[in-house]
Parts: sequence; structure tokens; C-alpha cells
Amino acid sequence: MKYVSEFRSPEIVDAILKEIQQIVKGTWNIMEVCGGQTHSLVKNGLLNMLPPNIQMIHGPGCPVCVTPVSLIDKAVHLAMEKNVILCSFGDMIRVPGSGMSLLEAKSKGGDVRILYSPLEAVKIAKENPDREVVFFAVGFETTAPANALSVVHAHRDGVKNYSILTSHVLVPPAMEAIMSDDDCRVDAFLAAGHVCAIMGISEYYPLVEKYKIPIVVTGFEPVDLLEGILMTVKQLEAGVYKLENQYTRVVEAEGNKNAIATIDKIFEVTNREWRGIGNIPFSGYAVKEIYSAYDANKKFNINIEEAHEDPTCLSGDVMKGKIKPHQCPNFGTKCTPVKPLGAPMVSSEGACAAYYHYNLATVEEI
Amino acid sequence: MCLAIPGKIQSIDLLYGGAVKIAKVSFGGIIKEASLEMVPTADVGDYVLVHVGVAISKVNEEEAAKVFSYLREAGELDELYDTELNSLIKN
Repeated sequence: MKYVSEFRSPEIVDAILKEIQQIVKGTWNIMEVCGGQTHSLVKNGLLNMLPPNIQMIHGPGCPVCVTPVSLIDKAVHLAMEKNVILCSFGDMIRVPGSGMSLLEAKSKGGDVRILYSPLEAVKIAKENPDREVVFFAVGFETTAPANALSVVHAHRDGVKNYSILTSHVLVPPAMEAIMSDDDCRVDAFLAAGHVCAIMGISEYYPLVEKYKIPIVVTGFEPVDLLEGILMTVKQLEAGVYKLENQYTRVVEAEGNKNAIATIDKIFEVTNREWRGIGNIPFSGYAVKEIYSAYDANKKFNINIEEAHEDPTCLSGDVMKGKIKPHQCPNFGTKCTPVKPLGAPMVSSEGACAAYYHYNLATVEEI
Repeated sequence: MCLAIPGKIQSIDLLYGGAVKIAKVSFGGIIKEASLEMVPTADVGDYVLVHVGVAISKVNEEEAAKVFSYLREAGELDELYDTELNSLIKN
């Protein structure tokens, strides 16, 4: 497949790996922010190919993992309402809430539908004018334009029975939260390429300057990841810190102005609670007041009991890069994809799921 | 969840008097619909990166071709990649 297969080429992977091995002298901790990058690193066996003095630390870039339990409880509550069709990306439906997951709600008769795109949810709303259709709109900046566009479409077509339950989160404030932690051991970041395809790269200059760390905007294929690591290591070895863009075939410096305009039309920046991490100021999007008719949080009077989660789940430490998934005592025993304690074990981008599925727990610490 | 896949635009339908473009995009032979509202200049034959039914970026072919420089530098640019590189530049 064009623009995929060549970026998985073993020959190019080999050439970049050799260059990394030649230049690396120090011991470096590099955090890949995005969970998609984590999965690609693990699935393609890249962690085992890197020199032992390069440690990849897995970041919090899994929106499913950081969605607060209280919001999952709200989605479950709505799904159990007779008149509601609750639509969601497939990733969300196995994530445990305080009581049950959306999948369990579906098995108990809730009308939960797994969709590929929020735009499909607007179509379902048009086809079911007597019912309320709610889309569980989670995601980082990458997904925000699509979720915002669904509201634009509903508004344009006069669809009154559509709303979104939103839990949008933003990457730069999360990176700031990681760097400001006293225990932080991150020397450099691979920034999330598709987030930057939307937002551009300028948001990262202040982080580079404030924390004097290299940040390289990086793609998702094996060649992308290794090239991003190479660019990062070159900076670290030279003792410099810059913002660089590895993913130039997709990311333009100024981002996608149509997508940013669509986000700005529907959303405004707000404080957000991150599951496992806590409150981060100005770290998410909420629906603007003017579009509150499409905000499920305001449209429905949802009274749920206080949310709670398993206190033995260490997903917060995993997402902050403090421990590797298999260093959690529950990994693969009390916590598995079939019966998870926390979201990173079931999300397709969760670090725990990556280690579990690709059997990395059995590999010696590298 | 930020998964986005490059695909080639096969055809474009205009809706709302041309205000909205919906494309049929081929991902290695699998055809899916994607909104072009975020990349209105994308045309038939272009490669776009699609995320949850919305094209978010046009793939820059010149930038994509730079990856082959690693093979040149490493002296490993064999016939296969030479052909692939030429087709990448021509397309």
C-alpha cells in the first residue's frame, strides 16, 4: 500500500538502526506521547532492536485511557435510558466504569452502537427522529475536527435529536504536566504526528524552551519512529534542544486551518480531569455555550453516584512513564483484557494492552 | 485512536450545492467514504490521510520520497527501490 509499505521497509529500518547505533553514546529516556506510536513500537519489535541505552517511555496519549470514570458512568447511564441510542468508537466499549462498561450495558439491553465515524451518528439521528442519539466524543486534537463536524452537520440540517458527550483532551498540557513532575525522567519527546497534522507544531516551542528538551514530531510507521528517534538522539548527543518535524509528508508547520476553524467554531478550551493523572488546567475541549443544545452534558439531567475505580490499578504511573506495564503486580493476573482493572489494558492504544498482546512482559528489561 | 490511514481519492461527490465534498477513498483496494471538508483542495488521484471518516491532511509526495535517501546513503538502493522511488516521483 503506497505511503505505508515503504515506511515498513526492513532495509530502511536497518539503515536507520545502524545510524542510531553509531551515534548513541549516552543513556537516554525518550517518551513517545501517542499510544498509537507505543503500539507500533511494540508490535513491530522495535523496542528490542534499539540499543539498550535508549529507553522508550510510554506516554499518556491514549484518550480512551484518560477519560474519567465519571464520564463512562454517564455514558452507561444514558445507554440504559429507553429513548437513547448511545454511539461510540469501538475502543470505549470495554473500558470499565464504576459499575459496568458500555459493553455490559449493551448486554443488559442498552442500545449501544459502535461506529467508525461521528458523522454516521448524525445519519442515525436523522433516521430515528423519535429517539435521542448521543455520540461519546472522546479523543485528542486529531479527533476534535470530526466530532466538531458532526455538530456542524446536525446544526446545518436542523437535527434536534443529536448531541455529543464530550471528553476531549489536549496533548501539550499533558506534556507540561509530565515535565513539571519532580520525578520526571524524560530526556526528549516524540510528539504525536496526527495531533500536529491538525494543530501544527508551534505549540511545542514553549515546552522546548522552558524544559530545554528536544521534541521531534513523529509519524507512526516503523521507519517514521526510528527516524524520529534518530533525530532526537542526534540532538541529545550534541547537547542541543530544538523542535523538529520528522513527519513532513503529513504535518505542515501551521497545521490544518480548516480543521482548526471547525474546532474553534464548536469547542472552547476547558480544565479536564485525566483518569489516572488528575486535573490538568486548560487541557481539554468543551462544547461552546452557543451550541449547548448539542451538549449531552447539558441536554440530559444525568445524576450518577460518585465514581470510583479499583484502587490497586497503577495505570496513572504507567501513563506518566514511572513504571512499565509489566511492573504492575496485577499485570496479566488480576488485570487482563477480558477482565481489566483499568483502561490501558483494553484500549487499542493502551500500553498495558500492547505489552499483553505482544507478550513483551516475558522479555527481559531492556 | 489517533489512527489515520493514507488512501487514494477515487471519486468526489458534491453535496449542498458544492459546499460539501464527500470522496470515495481506496485504502489498498478497500473503498470507504470520507469527508473532504478539512482538505477542500484535495482532488481525484490525491492521497489523503483519513481519520474517523474525515480526511485531515493531503500526503506531500515530495516529502514522502525523502525516506529513500537512507538507502542511497547506505549504498543499499537496489533495483527494487529504484523502481519504487521512480514510481513515487512520477505519481
